[in-house]
Order: sequence, then C-alpha cells, then structure tokens
Amino acid sequence: MSLAEAIENAETGENTEEILEPTDLEVAVDEPERVVPAIEFRDVHLSFDDKKILNGLSFIVRRGETKIVLGRSGGGKSTIIRLILGLLKPDSGQIFIDGEEISDYSEVKMMDVRKKIGMVFQEGALFDSLSVYDNVAYRLHEQRVDEIEVEKEVRRMLQFVQLEDAIDKMPAELSGGMRRRVGVARALIGDPQIVLFDEPTAGLDPPTARTICELAIKLRDLEDVSSIFVTHEMNNLEILASEYATVNEDGEIVFEVEGEKICLINTEIIMLKQGQIVFSGKDEELTASKDEYIQKFIHGK
Amino acid sequence: MNLLKKFLFELQEITNLIIFSFIGAFKKPYYLADLVKQMDLIGVGSLPIVLLTGLFTGGVIILQTFPTFQYYSIQDQVGKSVATSLMRELGPVLTALMVSGRIGSAISAELGSMVVSQQIDAMRALGTDPYRKLVAPRIFALILMLPFLTVAADVFGIFGGGLVASGIFNQDSSVFVASVRNGISVEDILGGIIKPIVFGLIIGSISCYKGLTTTDGTVGVGRSTTNAVVLSSIVVIIFDFFLSRGINSILGIKYI
Repeated sequence: MSLAEAIENAETGENTEEILEPTDLEVAVDEPERVVPAIEFRDVHLSFDDKKILNGLSFIVRRGETKIVLGRSGGGKSTIIRLILGLLKPDSGQIFIDGEEISDYSEVKMMDVRKKIGMVFQEGALFDSLSVYDNVAYRLHEQRVDEIEVEKEVRRMLQFVQLEDAIDKMPAELSGGMRRRVGVARALIGDPQIVLFDEPTAGLDPPTARTICELAIKLRDLEDVSSIFVTHEMNNLEILASEYATVNEDGEIVFEVEGEKICLINTEIIMLKQGQIVFSGKDEELTASKDEYIQKFIHGK
Repeated sequence: MNLLKKFLFELQEITNLIIFSFIGAFKKPYYLADLVKQMDLIGVGSLPIVLLTGLFTGGVIILQTFPTFQYYSIQDQVGKSVATSLMRELGPVLTALMVSGRIGSAISAELGSMVVSQQIDAMRALGTDPYRKLVAPRIFALILMLPFLTVAADVFGIFGGGLVASGIFNQDSSVFVASVRNGISVEDILGGIIKPIVFGLIIGSISCYKGLTTTDGTVGVGRSTTNAVVLSSIVVIIFDFFLSRGINSILGIKYI
C-alpha cells in the first residue's frame, strides 16, 4: 500500500497501522543509526600500564554532525582523537570510520583512512621548518599534486581562515591564534569529510577562540563536515551549540543565534568521566542536568 | 633482569627502525630532496670540525712518536706510523665521535622537539610515514657522507703529521711522503671505508630512535639528546674493536 492510499484510508476512517510499511527513507529518519555514521566507537577499552583511560566507550558521530567532547584534563578526551587517527590502538572494542572498521588496521592501511580526516592539534603543531604556504600545502605536496593546483587550494584555504597575508611567513613569526588558524587551514586542505579538533582554543583570548569556533560552525553548516570538537571550555560549547552559519542575500556568511523554541543545530555533547560517558545529548539537556559532576563542570564549583 | 629486558627491547626497536626505514626508502614517494638536504647538513656542515680534528691529531701523533722513533734511529718510518694509525683507527673513530656529537645531538633534539610539539603526530595524521620522511634520509645521509668525511680527516691528518715532521723535527718532506706511501695498503683503505659506513648506521639509528621516543616535554628532549650522543659514542667505540678484528682477519691485515 502506498502512502497516498494510506492517507486516503485514514481519511475514510479505516485502520491502516498494520499494513502501512515504511520506506527506507522513513526508517532512516526514525532510526538514524541505520545510516552509516561518519565515526562510531563500540565498547572501546584502553589502558596505559595499569591506568584505565577508556572504559567501554560507545558513541556515534553522524554525517554532518559536530560532537563536542567535554571532560576534565586527563579524562581521555584527546585519546579518542588519537584512536580515530590510528595513532593509538584500542585494547578491545571496535572503531568505524565511514562504516569501515579500522581498529586493527596496519600503519600502511591507516594512511588511506587518514586521507579522509583533517586534524587540528592543540598547539597547531605546525612544521617549524616550513613556511605557512608549505605547511598548508603539505598534504598536497605529499600527494605530488601539480604546483599550480596546490597554490590555488592553499590560497582558498588561507582565505577561509582569513590569513592570506601570512602566506610567506614562518610559523615562529605567527601569534598563537594565527598558528591555530593555519593549523585549521592545513587540516582542511583536500576537503576532508571528517575534521577532528583537539582543544583548538586552549590558551587563546575570547575573540580568537570565537573565530576558531566560527570556523567549526562554517564547516558544519556550509560544508557538511562531520567533526569531533574536544574542549573543556564552556563558552566554546555555547557558541557551537547555539549559533548557526548561513549565507545572507548579499552572499556573505553570517552567524545567527538559534531561537528559543526551535533547535535545528546539528550538535551533540558527550561528557567523559574516568573513561566513561556520563552525559550524552543536547546543550539544553546538559544545562538542565541535575548531576553533581555535570553541574560542577558547568559552573566550576 | 629489568635492565636486560630494557636492553633487549631497545635493541629490538632500533632494529625495527632500521628495517622500516630501509624498506620505506625504496618505496614511492621518494624523499630525494630531504636526502640531499641532510647530506649537505651532515657532510658539508661537518667538514670544518672533521678537518681540524684530523689535522691536529696527525700533528700530535708525530709530535709524540718522533722522539721515540729517533731513539731507535727509525725516524724515516714515522710517516708510516701516522698513516696506518689514522687510516685504520683514529680517522674513522674520531670522525664518528665528532659527527655523533654534532649530528647525533642535532637529530635527536630536532626529532624530540617534533614529538613534543605533536609535529610527528601531525605528520602521520597528514598521511606521511615519519620513518620514510625523517629517519631514512638521515640514516642514509650519514652512511653516505661519513666515509667521505673520514677520508678527508685521514688526508688532513697525514698532512698535519707531515707539517710537524718537517716544521718541528726538520725531516725532509720527501722522506715523510715515501714512508706514508710505503705504509698504506689497499686493505687499510678498504677497512677505513667499511668502518664509517657501519658507524653512520649506528649514529643515525640510535639518534633517530632516541629522538622519536622522547617523552616528558622539553626536559625529555634534553635527556634524549644526551642519551643519543653518549650511547652512539660508546657503541661506536665497542663496534670499532669487533670491526677491526673482523676486517683484519677477513682482509688479512697483519698486526705488525
């Protein structure tokens, strides 16, 4: 029975519940986990020596979604990112990238998976011996892309992070915020569909931190990138979870705050405590939570 | 027991590092530009200190041995003594020690800082194998350049010896040159080139390993640099004994 027939039947008062079969799309909307997620952790355990870092971690990052990972320092936040990149291997459990299990991939196989992923490091982690241009172009140079094409891409990326003027500078000449933005540009070259941020705003002043958050919002809303944003700063969370990017009539990108009643933003939060998820949901749910640990984390007392 | 375990573990890791970088070096993409850059840094950059070391070592050998040779009235043989001691032992070993001090420390400090500032992680995240991009060019540059540096040190050492013999002890330079030519054999030259190849491998692999296994931030960088220089110097000296024994018996060099 088609949907139109079902509606007709409903209007005539016939019971259609048993015979109406949902289409694949409807299933996908109702059960998002049936769509292949960008990143998935299934019961991941990891210990260093005797210390348990991750204790049965399971979560999903859907396509186009930003997952904010909160937690105290040393709580295993950055470990998650290192596991996704294959820089570490889990003791047990499975990790999927685009539905592909990577937990037991060799370094050579991981190289292909890493091509899909962009990574922004805590301090930028720029190569000191290379100029800004060469840093951003690094991935393309490694792939032996034609230099004309490389230059076009590098300029596009530096424009995205608003640092076109710094193209010939060395990393040592840049401020902390600029280094971080070059790090973003380097991560984004080649248009990866997954981007990982490892405390990208740590130690930055609020306006610069906001710029980094806006870059993440632009990626989420305009480029349909899935991302993980590791942080322990609450104002990052506020910006990421309550603002969205859109293009206005003049073709400019503007950031708008979501309305009180409607929440369209594709951002969820997970909070870690001793390697386990203690919270998973939207920002409104987080602030409304009565949990003592969460309240202490949000208010600092 | 723990010490033995640690030793075996490090030995295994260094062997792995050598194997990975050797296999990686012959796969595409090749990092030829990096190799040439390292050869310039290691070879050309170390030339002044290596030449000075050679020159003064050759000089001091003559300064110390000439009176003894004179006592036995065999001072016309003094060129032979400086040539053989430099080519067989002092040239390769002193060059390796100087290079391990200058280059071994630089390699492990550079790689250590890259580890600490997450640049190695960034490199892997961007799809590059650090063994191929960083380790292989350094090890190969050392293996290729150390023999040249050693030969340069030998030549300058003999020259320095000649200067002292003629300048201080008034020996006729033709006597010295004849004695040098008489003293050097093909086996000496061969042995003197095989040794630095092995030393280059030792210095390169130990320094890269120590650099890449740096932990504990900037303090760790200092520690791994010290360890790299100390360990590679000691291993060079130990290997020198066994290499000398091996080369002598394989090439049939007589001790007298």
